[in-house]
Amino acid sequence: MQAILSQVMIGLVNGSFYAILSLGLAVIFGMLNIINFSHGAVYMMGAFAAWMGLNYFGINYWAALLLAPLVVGLFGIIVEKTMLRWLYKLDHLYGLLLTFGLALIIEGLFRNFYGASGLPYSGPEAFSGAFDLGFMILPKYRAWVIVASLTVCIATWYVIERTRLGAYLRAGTENPQLTQAFGINVPRMVTLTYGFGVALAGFAGVLAAPIYQVSPLMGSNIIIVVFAVVVIGGMGSILGSILTGLGLGVIEGLTKVVWPEASAIVVFLIMAIVLVLRPAGLFGREK
Amino acid sequence: MKKMGWVALIAGLTSVGVLAQSKVSDDVVKIGVLTDMSGLYSDAGGVGAVVAAKMAIEDAGGKVLGKPIELINSDHQNKADIAANKAREWYDTQKVDMIAELLNSAVALAVQEVGKQKKRITMVSGAAASRLTGADCSPYGVHWTYDTYALSNGTGKAMVKRGGDTWYFLTADYAFGKNLEKDTTAVVKANGGKVLGSVLHPLSSADFSGYLLQAKASKAKVIGLANAGADMINSVKQANEFGITKGGQQLAGLLVFDTDIDSIGLPIAQGMYLTTGFYWDMNDDSRKWAKRFGERHKGKMPTMVQAGVYSQVSHYLKAIAAAGTDDPDTVMKKMRDTPINDFFAKNGKLREDGRMVHDMYLAQVKKPSESKGRWDNLKIVQTIPGDQAYRSLKDSECSLVKK
Repeated sequence: MQAILSQVMIGLVNGSFYAILSLGLAVIFGMLNIINFSHGAVYMMGAFAAWMGLNYFGINYWAALLLAPLVVGLFGIIVEKTMLRWLYKLDHLYGLLLTFGLALIIEGLFRNFYGASGLPYSGPEAFSGAFDLGFMILPKYRAWVIVASLTVCIATWYVIERTRLGAYLRAGTENPQLTQAFGINVPRMVTLTYGFGVALAGFAGVLAAPIYQVSPLMGSNIIIVVFAVVVIGGMGSILGSILTGLGLGVIEGLTKVVWPEASAIVVFLIMAIVLVLRPAGLFGREK
Repeated sequence: MKKMGWVALIAGLTSVGVLAQSKVSDDVVKIGVLTDMSGLYSDAGGVGAVVAAKMAIEDAGGKVLGKPIELINSDHQNKADIAANKAREWYDTQKVDMIAELLNSAVALAVQEVGKQKKRITMVSGAAASRLTGADCSPYGVHWTYDTYALSNGTGKAMVKRGGDTWYFLTADYAFGKNLEKDTTAVVKANGGKVLGSVLHPLSSADFSGYLLQAKASKAKVIGLANAGADMINSVKQANEFGITKGGQQLAGLLVFDTDIDSIGLPIAQGMYLTTGFYWDMNDDSRKWAKRFGERHKGKMPTMVQAGVYSQVSHYLKAIAAAGTDDPDTVMKKMRDTPINDFFAKNGKLREDGRMVHDMYLAQVKKPSESKGRWDNLKIVQTIPGDQAYRSLKDSECSLVKK
């Protein structure tokens, strides 16, 4: 029982990462119809931005948590303005290829300068201890990861589904021409949305830096799972990606108790089942 | 008639062999460094391995028996099929005489097999599997720097002797990890220790906390990490986070490169024991060479893999010079007959199974206060004599060993 409870907690932490990364993907896909394969690379850039901030400019973790997503988001905006913009009218495949190519280039550049084995980054002093929950020791930093990512996820969901700005965004997705006719600058909204989606990945990168190895390949390891999460949740569904992310984290955690070797494939097994039964995903709408 | 053809062919081949014995084939000695140039092991081998091979060739004067020495390299992308194809291409069409480095056990096993078929020399530095000189040994295969047997033997024995008599393994779920766990289990048991359990994790996992909690619950005194690279790094970082080392359990890294320690950082890695085939700061000779290497490789210090590449390439070139030919059989014999004495190994000996036997070192990661700079990471606790570090010939599964 103790083992199961503690694996659920651990699963929630991993699920938080899945949730925040798949949320970014869902937002981008929803607005831009781009399957953003460079998401793992920008997640890695977020972690590296935190590392660089600390080692080159002495910027601490808290400031990095704010600055790194901004820097990464700005990078996303430049990418959207200069490259992605030209692909909206084409098939999904072109956006996928472009972002995949970008991911390879970015990872290659970072590997060239920083090597493949990664860099050390320690989290904030305040969170160095652990809570004793009775059934397990939960490091304070892991608890913080859950709190921080859930807050960001819920805030994003609220803005998109419950505010006027979100209404514009959703209208822009449904019918860009008509929305533009109402005097709303849709292209700018699209640019900012992409920047925001990418910034979410950067934010996850900073959160991950103290736990995982900060290395050029860290993104490519996690991105495949995150894509599976998006597919299970339903492409473009905001709430779907958050709930599926957390849920799959927990399922993966429980698998580690029962059958550790299978923990890497359980997500894909679920994906296959969901695709057969509900091709649009658990929370997706059939078109 | 058919039979006659075979006889003629064999006669032809033999005469080529005789001719080759008196000179250098193709008027050039060509060495190929086949390594991971871009993937997760590229810091341990990679460009640094090519730099080391270049230094060995320069130190030999760039020529042997009056013929030029050429160096080429390629990225095997950690894929055994790509590596084997590249090796065939090099041997068949590129006039390559010897392939060096070969990090990653799957790659090394595949390329050594190609060398065996084509009767050309392969010299492994970075790969770990002891099978290379065990069941899968080759008369043209050499394994230079370390192997799974020596690593588990060194660290396993040392930990049990220091009181770590109960073990729990975190094992990467593929041949290398299982091999390492099996070898270490045998050593722990032979020294009076007990193995309480183990958990297999998929290769390239990011999160180890689930497995670490199970290891913690086992209450074993030592948690053996039968994994490598990013997996090992993440296990160590997260073990620290969950207070495992503070709770009195010790970590034993069963394959740790210097670059891994650099990535984890001393505050977290401190106190960990590991076994290594070389450390740049172990004596004056190694420091001198490491300094030269650093000047050519962005100030980085050499890993044992890179140092091993220098040592194996220079031993190969010396053997050609002494034998007066680059004929593989003659060179192999010369390499076996000549002891290895350089900054890397003292009185190293190449055995008939292909194992280069040299002293191994038990090292401990320094405390941050003991370290004087970025690459000052380890202190050597104990030298393990070569004949105790490696599997003895009488236990060998290699068919080349006469018993």
